[in-house]
Formats: sequence, C-alpha cells, structure tokens
Amino acid sequence: MTAAERARPRAAPRASLGTWLSDSWQMVKRNLIHIRRTPELLLDVTVSPIMFVLLFSLVFGGAIDVPRESYINYLMAGIFVQTIAFAGIYTGVLLANDLKNGMIDRFRSLPMAQSSVLTGRTLTDLLRATLAVAIMWIVGMLVGFRPGGGVLGGIGAVAVMLLFGFALSWVGVALGALVRTPEALQGIIFAAVFPLTFVSSAFVPTETMPGWLAWFADRQPMTLVTNAVRSLTLDGSGGPTFVPSILWSLAILAVCFPLGLWAYQRRTTQ
Amino acid sequence: MTEHAAPVIHARGLEKHFGATHALRGIDLDVPEGRILAVLGPNGAGKTTAVRILATLTRADAGEATVAGYDVRRQPEMVRANIGLTGQFAALDELLTGRENLEMIGSLYHLPVQRVRERAAELLARFDLEDAADRAVKTYSGGMRRRLDLGGSLMAEPPILFLDEPTTGLDPRSRLGMWDLIGELVAGGTTLLLTTQYLEEADRLADEIAVMDHGRVIARGTANELKGRIGGERLEVQVTHAEQVQAAHDALGRLAPDVRVDAGARRVSIPVTNTDGILTRAIRELDAAGVSLDDASVHRPTLDDVFLVLTGQPAEPDVDGADARAEQVAV
Repeated sequence: MTAAERARPRAAPRASLGTWLSDSWQMVKRNLIHIRRTPELLLDVTVSPIMFVLLFSLVFGGAIDVPRESYINYLMAGIFVQTIAFAGIYTGVLLANDLKNGMIDRFRSLPMAQSSVLTGRTLTDLLRATLAVAIMWIVGMLVGFRPGGGVLGGIGAVAVMLLFGFALSWVGVALGALVRTPEALQGIIFAAVFPLTFVSSAFVPTETMPGWLAWFADRQPMTLVTNAVRSLTLDGSGGPTFVPSILWSLAILAVCFPLGLWAYQRRTTQ
Repeated sequence: MTEHAAPVIHARGLEKHFGATHALRGIDLDVPEGRILAVLGPNGAGKTTAVRILATLTRADAGEATVAGYDVRRQPEMVRANIGLTGQFAALDELLTGRENLEMIGSLYHLPVQRVRERAAELLARFDLEDAADRAVKTYSGGMRRRLDLGGSLMAEPPILFLDEPTTGLDPRSRLGMWDLIGELVAGGTTLLLTTQYLEEADRLADEIAVMDHGRVIARGTANELKGRIGGERLEVQVTHAEQVQAAHDALGRLAPDVRVDAGARRVSIPVTNTDGILTRAIRELDAAGVSLDDASVHRPTLDDVFLVLTGQPAEPDVDGADARAEQVAV
C-alpha cells in the first residue's frame, strides 16, 4: 500500500445485517474462548442447577404434596425457569465485568457494530442457558422426572424458557450498564429475583399461599412461564399461560433491548 | 502548516469536563497528512481526554473536531474506519492469545478472512512476538503487551494513528524498541498523534509539539522553536570558590551583557550568540581574572527547561504506573 493510498479517507463498511451478525459472532467466539480457558465460568449453569434439582427433589420433595403429579415432575419446570432467570440476569454481571476491561475501549475505536458487544454477550448466555437446561433435564430424569409431553412438548418447553432467559439477559444488560459495579448488581439480583422465583408456582402451588400473595404470584411472569413450561413438559400442550408467557418475554425484550443499548452507549461514551 | 491542504486531524475549541473537573478548556490541534504531532504534558493535563475525543470514545462538551475529514461526533463510524488507537493501558483480551487478539480485531475491521490471518502473522513477526503468538496475553510482559496493542491498531493499516502514552511504564530497552517501531510506521506515511510525558520522546519522534497543561495548549511549535522560546544555548561555568562568583560575573560580562548568576550553585552563565571560540575566550578571561573553575559547558536547553519557563513547574512529575493510573481515574 502506498502512502497516497493510505491517506485517502476510507469509507466505513455500510452497517448491514451481515456485518452485525459477523461482529456478534466474533464476540460470541471471544466469550466461548473465555469459557474454554476458564471453565469455572460455567459453574453457575452446571453445578448450581444440579444442586438445586437434587436439593429440592430429595430434601423438600418428601414434605411437599402437589395435586395430580409427583413432586419431581411438578418441580422441574420451576427449577428450569429459576435457573434460566438467574443465568439471564447474571449476564449483567458478566457485562459489568467486561466494562471494567480496557478491551471495551478497543471495541469502541473499531468500525464495528457497537451493539454486537451486547448481542455477543446475550447470545453466549443463551448457549450457557441451553447447557444448563440439558444438564438439569438429565439430572432430573435420574431422580425420577418423567415428562409425558413428548418430544414436541419438550422442544416447546425449552423454546419458551430460552426465550424468557434471553429476554432476562437484556434486563441484565440494562442493569449491568446502569449499575456502577458488578457487586452492586449481585445485590440487586439477589433482592429482586429470589423473591420473584419463590413467590411463584415454581416450587409450590400458589393456592397454598395467602390470598393476596397468591393473587400476585398468579399474575407475575415467573409463574406464567413456569406454568407454560410445566404444561408443555407434562402434557405436551401450552396451557392457558403459554401465550401470556411468550408475550411477557417479548414485552421485556421490547423494553430492555433498546434500554440496554442506550445505557451501554451512555456508559461507554462518558 | 500553510503548505498543506486541510489537516487530517483537526480540532477547534474542544472542551470537556467531568463533574467539576475541567479536563479540557478549549484546545485547538491540527496534524497535516503524514506528520507527527506530540502532545506533551504532565499527568492530568488532559492529553488522554483529547485523544479519546478524537478517537470517538468520548464526546466533547463543546468545540468541533474532524479526523480524515469526518466529524467525530456525527460520523464516528467513518472516523473509526480510518484510525488505529493504542491507549495508555493495553486494550487486549487477557485470555486470548496474541494471535487471537489480532485476528479478532482484524475481523472487526471487516478485513477478508485470508487477509486477517496473513496480517496477524506479519505483525507478530515484525513485532518479535512469534514465539509468544499462541500463548494467552496474560502471560505477556509489559513490553510485549504494548507491542501487541500497537499491532492491533495496525491490523487494518489505518492512515491515522493515535498513540496515548505508548511507552509509559516501559523499561528503557522496550522504550527504544517502541520508538523504532513508531519511526518505521511514520516512514510509511501514517499520520500520527501521540501523547507523552517524556520530553525526550516528543523531541525524538515528533515534527511538531503541542505542550498541554491543565486542559490548555500552552505552547506549540517544533522542538527547536520551543527551545528557542527560552533563549538559545548558554555557556555556563561553575567556579570553585564562592567568593570568586563576582569576579567571574565581571569577566564573562566583557563577552556578553546578559550574565546570569546562581550564587548558591556558584554558577555563572552567558548566552552563546556566536559559538566561534567563545569557550576559549571565556576561559582566557576567567583565567586572567584569577577565577578557578570546577566545570564549564555549553548548555543546550532541554524541553524540561521549556516546561519550567512555560508553567513554572518541572514537566515530569514522578512518572510511574501509579501516577498514570491516577490520571486515568481522574479523566
């Protein structure tokens, strides 16, 4: 390349779906290399879910009675959704850690789709969530989980929960970009997500709760998604909460996707 | 700069504040094509902020800037296609290998796959990183990181390069190595804006120097022009006995009118306007006056002296990683 060629101003590649996908793939690849070199990054989607399945089925299982089903069959949908929810929001912690890294400055100086830093992150976490679901499914079967919903029901259930997890990972992105430190975010996750998973149909039927709490539990998204997943895994049908659960996920995405992008831009442009 | 068309890097009245801190109080910068501007200043002068604005990482509160003819605020993606940036702290992925880092950056510049591989291999070889190419960056030394970081900025052979304190924290040998690399780049026609706290670095690498202090450009010019601002060379002698300082003053006063005396250090100096034989003549005069000397030298002003004259403070505070980090936090 001659000096004259060098000096001629270059045009940026036109922002297209192609460059956005390729940039996002580069980010996913980077995250996957991280996981390969530090496998402990997968503990939260491997060991924790196994522990939860065993803990709830073997320890609490004997004390909790649910109508019509064995407790393990009832429980699995709740465990799936709880794990997916935590893994989703946890995206925010991983992003907050990324933001502390000088690498973000490098990305900001490159002619890449800036949002691919975020889509790369959330897509990687979708893969992490898929791994978690697979592990839980297997461990569940080992301790007596017998889903009667068939293959289609199973695929439907996985799709519903992964969509929910993907939506929540954008909540994580927005929080991760808005909150100052990863530690603060951990606190927020604990304070917000824990009550939501327990005040839901995840572990016990909501009818056993006081009226006012059951009213809330029956209407919050964690219950809607759990019931849809439960119905799909056990009966192969979506049940009455299938459509509302999808709508919730889409609504969360519609709000948090742009909010996450905006917060990230704001955070990194300072 | 009049001999050139529009400068490749152009900034007018850039201002930036962070809370109550004014990082930039209205600076103008111009770098013509293929030239090197060194922005010289101590920690906290605003150098990094200026670079971050020009490289589209930060938005200015006021003022305007174009890079490669594109507005940094309105056309950041166009600017980014034309620049390489090497920041003060290596912007590398610690868990990736050197090669993976370069290849990722090349891919994000949207170079063809084959070109990404070739260029990464080429840079690893040129920057003496071949042996470490497939090791994770976390195992690299400081000098290796800087070289790899610079390599990342060069993946797409950008016509314009920003180097923010490229040698801060490096040992002297690594610093010399970086200087050679930078010298080669510019020989290839790259337009370069570099910031530095090292006067020697600015003097050695730059065509032009802008001296920054407290968010302002307080002086600009070539190294020689800046040195000229505090006067030219001076002949300086150190007398052996303090009581002979006055005699030395009188003797040297016969050669030039502007005699400066530092009685405490027993030093007396005069400007050297005409170098022909002045040292011999001075020594002869001093000897005739019975003054004995410990030292005599023709003292060429350094950029340190420039800084002292311009700001009333020495230019180089304790330069180490901790100070540099403090600036990063403040900025």
